[in-house]
Amino acid sequence: MNFGLSEDQTLLQETMRSFLADQVPIERVRDLRTEDCPGDRALWTQLAELGATGILIPEANGGSDLSLLDAVVVSHALGYAVTPSAFLSSSVLAPLALRALPESQSSDWLAGIGTGELVFGVALTELFSVRENAGIRLENGSLSGKSMMAIDLCKADFFIVAINEETLAVVRHDAPGLEVNRLVTTDATRCTSELLLEQVVPEALIENAGPTISRMLQAGRIALSADTHGAAEAMIDQSVAYAQQRKQFGRPIGSFQAVKHMCAEMIADLEPARSLLWYSAHSFDAMPEEAPLMSCHALAHISEISRTIASVATQVHGGIGWTDDQNLHFWFKRIGMNRHLLGGPEALRAEAAELQGLAQAS
Amino acid sequence: MDLEYDKKYETFRQEVQTFLDEHKPKVKDRATSELSRADFEEWLQLQIKHGYWARTIPQQYGGYGAEPDLMHTVIMDEEFNRAGVLRGSPAQGPSMLVPTLLEHGTEAQREKWIGATMQGKVRWCQGYSEPGSGSDLASLQTSAREDGDDFLINGQKIWTSTADKADMMFVLVRTEPDAPKHSGISYVLLDMKTPGLEVQPLRTMSGDIGENSFNQVFFKDVRVPQSNVVGQRGEGWKIANTTLKHERNSLSSNAEGTLMRLIRLMNRETINGVSAMANPIYRDRLMKLQARVLAMKHHSMRILTYSLKKENSGTAGLVTKLQNCQLGFDMASLAIDVMGELGVLYDHTKYERDKGFWQAHSFFSLGLIIGGGTAQIQKNIISERGLGLPREPKPAKPA
Repeated sequence: MNFGLSEDQTLLQETMRSFLADQVPIERVRDLRTEDCPGDRALWTQLAELGATGILIPEANGGSDLSLLDAVVVSHALGYAVTPSAFLSSSVLAPLALRALPESQSSDWLAGIGTGELVFGVALTELFSVRENAGIRLENGSLSGKSMMAIDLCKADFFIVAINEETLAVVRHDAPGLEVNRLVTTDATRCTSELLLEQVVPEALIENAGPTISRMLQAGRIALSADTHGAAEAMIDQSVAYAQQRKQFGRPIGSFQAVKHMCAEMIADLEPARSLLWYSAHSFDAMPEEAPLMSCHALAHISEISRTIASVATQVHGGIGWTDDQNLHFWFKRIGMNRHLLGGPEALRAEAAELQGLAQAS
Repeated sequence: MDLEYDKKYETFRQEVQTFLDEHKPKVKDRATSELSRADFEEWLQLQIKHGYWARTIPQQYGGYGAEPDLMHTVIMDEEFNRAGVLRGSPAQGPSMLVPTLLEHGTEAQREKWIGATMQGKVRWCQGYSEPGSGSDLASLQTSAREDGDDFLINGQKIWTSTADKADMMFVLVRTEPDAPKHSGISYVLLDMKTPGLEVQPLRTMSGDIGENSFNQVFFKDVRVPQSNVVGQRGEGWKIANTTLKHERNSLSSNAEGTLMRLIRLMNRETINGVSAMANPIYRDRLMKLQARVLAMKHHSMRILTYSLKKENSGTAGLVTKLQNCQLGFDMASLAIDVMGELGVLYDHTKYERDKGFWQAHSFFSLGLIIGGGTAQIQKNIISERGLGLPREPKPAKPA
């Protein structure tokens, strides 16, 4: 009986945290926001050298074939440091899709993610939310249509595109008939775009992919909740440090109960949510029948508590928290961005009820 | 992550199950208050004999004498919970006084009280809070003045659960009126039949004075031998605080059971012919609560792991009371809302649902949010001991 991270996972957590604190301080995140897209291939290569990009890549393809809980550790550290990276798309979602292909088709792609030579973007939004008449059609072997809020396309080599709940496609970023339009959001740390396809010939089709898509969404949601949880933790840490140092009425504001209780309420929500996060990742790894429900609950719950934490942490800082210079807004916006990226809380809770057969009217 | 239990514990689990299968018909579905006192004592003694109660208490003090092993406690709690049978006694004598005596009592005190308390022969109440000393407990004023070999106690205690049924009280009194507030207190064992002691029940918001009665206790020249002090005179505050450590971690909180009950209610209840579960707003609230129940369930496994590894659970451990009590209240609130205008039916009236459980659970949970350190005191503890925020400065002394 050992509920928690293993020694190796704790080491991975420390390695990631110190690497990111050292190599991707908030100043670098600030610099990246002046680019057209925050995606950074140099940083991607560094993450690959650490072994972070190949966690879910098979050993035969040069990866480390670890568990989703390991990916959660990395994702959490990336959220904590608000690091712009294609980890969610390339290292969590794409490997699960590509592993459904025959080895002969997937091996170079999987190997390329592990070495950091390749980045995969994903266009999956229409699986759970159709907006602006979006949707991709497969006609006579070529793809046409639109996908909204696709992730990490700008600097990617290939895209995983959802056609319907049973079919995925792999397309080249420079395939004829393909257009990517960056959609600027509040969050300067993630790349989102619309993808327009006009008779694009895919590199590969993944058919009968229902179970694969389910597993992708579960893993993606759990990894995303880790990113949000990490960002929320960073905001609490900054608030506690600020409350100790900032003085008003001749004493640290952290000695006032009003401020103290704000901090206590934030951490009281964050810690049990960490247990929920770890368990849901473990369910994906070891108890797959529980993972659909756990992934919905983890992401919905962590999205909710983190929105409150993002607001309260900013308030602990007072006026300075509301400024660009203080940088706190990078975390606030990351949490807001993540909230609807793979299904919002209301939709996830509706899905959770449905999974348990609670949604039918009697 | 490894959620399997070691094989050797499975044998133990089967032993507990066999015991419960054999004996549960006698006690199941009956509140322990419905057992006669003699039957309850017999039931406790049977559990001690098998090592399911007083398990780690030395045999010389009337216990079973096993080596401490947290996994045994967890398995016993799980199996008794599953069978719907109360393990041992939840009273404050076994949970608070006995660990205190084991740590600070004299040999004579241990021999006299521990076995009798665990066997239910002596029932205790806790005399801590006073009308003027709640969150600021150390300011307590109930005095114990020396009179020969005795103390004479004068003052008042309040929120004293089960004082009307107790044989004895462990009470904090001020023995050194001139010492600083934390160092003038002693921890004393007191017979409830002593002349000058009066118990007055306090009716709570739930309206009844039942099993968990709530009382005020008045002391007028109540005589108690000085030898009834536990530990050193003047060290009562320190001793009471070591006892608080022993307060049982709610590893076996039954939030999951309450949630299942709420789901059954929502499936059953209809408004305008439509099931409450078919209402997307109620369903959304239910799913929010389920996520919190799951979070607290797995959080308790994480806290258990820290205990097994003898690591400090830190901030993670400090937040459980705050969260679990509020969760109980919030589940009752949804149930009451789902029942609509019938949600306020009470006291076994016609059309009342679940025998009035939900209103009672709402009142009870609210009591737990306040009792044993209010939510606000919990937040002070979380932020000061957990997050390292500075304590509030003491107000300047009036000139």
